[in-house]
Amino acid sequence: MARYIGYRIFYALVLLVLVSMVSFLVIELPPGDYLSTVIAKLEQTGTALSDEQIAAMTQQYGLDLPIHMKYLKWISGFFVGNFGYSFEWGRPVASLIAEPMVLTLFIAIIIVFFTYLISIPIGIYSATHQYSIGDNVVTVFGFLGLATPNFLVAVVILFFGLRWFNVDLSGLFSSEYLAAPWSFGRFIDMMMHLPVQVLVVSTALSASLIRVMRASLLDELQKQYVVTARAKGVDETALLFKYPVRLALNPIISEFAMILPATISAATITAVVLGFPTAGPMLLRSLISQDIYLSASILMMMTFLVVIGSSLADFLLVTVDPRIRLDKSADRG
Amino acid sequence: MLTVASDTETLAIEPEADIANDDYFASQWTLMWHKFRKHKLAMVASAILIMLYILGIFSSFFATNEPDQYHQDYVLAPPQGIHFVDTEGNFSLRPFVYGIASDIDPDTWETIYKDDTTQKYSLSLFPKGHSYKLFGLFNLDRHFIGVEGEGKWFLFGTDEFGRDMFSRTLVASQISLFIGIIGVFLSFLIGSTLGGLSGYLGGKVDIFIQRLAEFVLAIPTIPLWMALAAALPSTWSSTQVFFGITLILSMVGWANLSRVVRGKTLELRESDFVLAARLMGVPTMKIIVRHILPSFASYLIVSISLGIPGMILAETALSFLQIGIKPPSVSWGVLLQTAQSPRALSESPWLLIPGIFVVVTVLCYNFIGDGLRDAADPYK
Repeated sequence: MARYIGYRIFYALVLLVLVSMVSFLVIELPPGDYLSTVIAKLEQTGTALSDEQIAAMTQQYGLDLPIHMKYLKWISGFFVGNFGYSFEWGRPVASLIAEPMVLTLFIAIIIVFFTYLISIPIGIYSATHQYSIGDNVVTVFGFLGLATPNFLVAVVILFFGLRWFNVDLSGLFSSEYLAAPWSFGRFIDMMMHLPVQVLVVSTALSASLIRVMRASLLDELQKQYVVTARAKGVDETALLFKYPVRLALNPIISEFAMILPATISAATITAVVLGFPTAGPMLLRSLISQDIYLSASILMMMTFLVVIGSSLADFLLVTVDPRIRLDKSADRG
Repeated sequence: MLTVASDTETLAIEPEADIANDDYFASQWTLMWHKFRKHKLAMVASAILIMLYILGIFSSFFATNEPDQYHQDYVLAPPQGIHFVDTEGNFSLRPFVYGIASDIDPDTWETIYKDDTTQKYSLSLFPKGHSYKLFGLFNLDRHFIGVEGEGKWFLFGTDEFGRDMFSRTLVASQISLFIGIIGVFLSFLIGSTLGGLSGYLGGKVDIFIQRLAEFVLAIPTIPLWMALAAALPSTWSSTQVFFGITLILSMVGWANLSRVVRGKTLELRESDFVLAARLMGVPTMKIIVRHILPSFASYLIVSISLGIPGMILAETALSFLQIGIKPPSVSWGVLLQTAQSPRALSESPWLLIPGIFVVVTVLCYNFIGDGLRDAADPYK
């Protein structure tokens, strides 16, 4: 067990290093940089910069370094909490992304929790009532959930909120709490604004999770031990929850490795529509303005969340089901 | 083991052969087709998809207006219904549309459009309309259906510049429908090569490729796609952007496919026909491509058909965020940009119609994938 955990942690660390490299490389890909954007803007307004000024700015931002030096400079700052400097906001990235990242993580946890909360009971119902009206409704709903883009659902909900109830459901805070410091009131206000996103993202994600739960429980229900237990007169509910459901939960837990990136993805795009001050919209904006350190840091932190999250899920799974530990170590040879 | 080529030949020779007597002699592909035909949802979905593709490919023929033409007098006009019975109760077999009367709301200063029941314009088949180039080759001006005389007909309403939403939706479907197919084709190439190598060679290559796939799967797709799409140079032409986006989508899409291919290849690697081929000195890549991949082609088709909707949704999302396909080229995602603000939407909900097309297309692909999955193993 200790060996497995050690291996898993080592593997996660390697992944994290790779993630940081890829994030930086991807962000560095586009031709041109933030400085050229600034110069173009200044020239439009009639202020031409002299060559010396440009050279000075280039050096100040470290834009003249070769890419691997830029990467090293950026990544070495990480250990002291320095994520580079955001050109567009004129602030250090670390202070800029702290709050949005925490919000993103918080919302993602709620979404994942809620997704599992609705998927498991519905999956159990669907499997135990196979081909009933309820099961068919769930299936149809699941297909629709898979087929509808999240952002479209968010837009439609905003639209109906406006048309039927005349309330603006967008934003994460009411106007009076927008710039206010954190307080209990502000927290409550935020929680009141969360349901739309949580609902949109977790219903979409639960569509696939319900399918997995339903299929795996159906598999279990056909097994001999269920028949035997039933023949011995075990109460149907007790039987269901004591054995097949517990075994059927395993695939659901291992799905977590897929659910977490999907949550971050879906939350990113719906947050743009809903106008949340989370990491997703900030990433989009920084990508467009080529604010490289900001966008690379956000992309990396998002992936970090996923890698760390799925490592935790792996540990959980191993604790729950020792068979997997054996399987995996055999698989990895 | 039959190869794919000879299987499809059998299918071609006896497409309408008597099923009952033929099942024992039918090839695997014929059996799959028989089973697929029984999946009603998948059949309906196929029919709808074929229709959508025909509408997309011949979009300029089906368009009722020039997609880029501004109708200044009809900005954000609502969809116009087709009528058979007029206000006096006269029935005409030929459908017609009413003229549009616009008025300014005295309170809000917004333009309101109403049916002008005094003006009737009949619809006709194959009328002459704006001229267009079919496939960039043939100059034509005939359309499928259109309104006669001076009438205007906006089946899906107009956008904020007064452009006809119906024609634009059709034109947009070209990009939206084909980006999925091309993207999946690319990820199929990458995924089956890497997956095949991974499963067939095993050892270090396998570990490396599988870790690579896991790595790709660990990165949240939308942020990664966003970063890559934003990296496309803004000077690129719309064709370049189209292929750029397709490439970006397939750079992530291959990972899942490679795992399917790897699993199946591992199974088949030990089989006699592969051993025979290896002993005869067939090169590795040829064994994978000619012998191993065709033997689970049906499973590959299932994965592919289930991969297309993901790509379509991703393109829609990226274009919606204004970092995917860029105007003047249009995709459904681009058209949905105008529907971004709920206020615009509450005044003109018809801007969401391209979204319905997205949902229907993705649903159809999912149903077909389901049907194919059931059919993939016809001996069950």
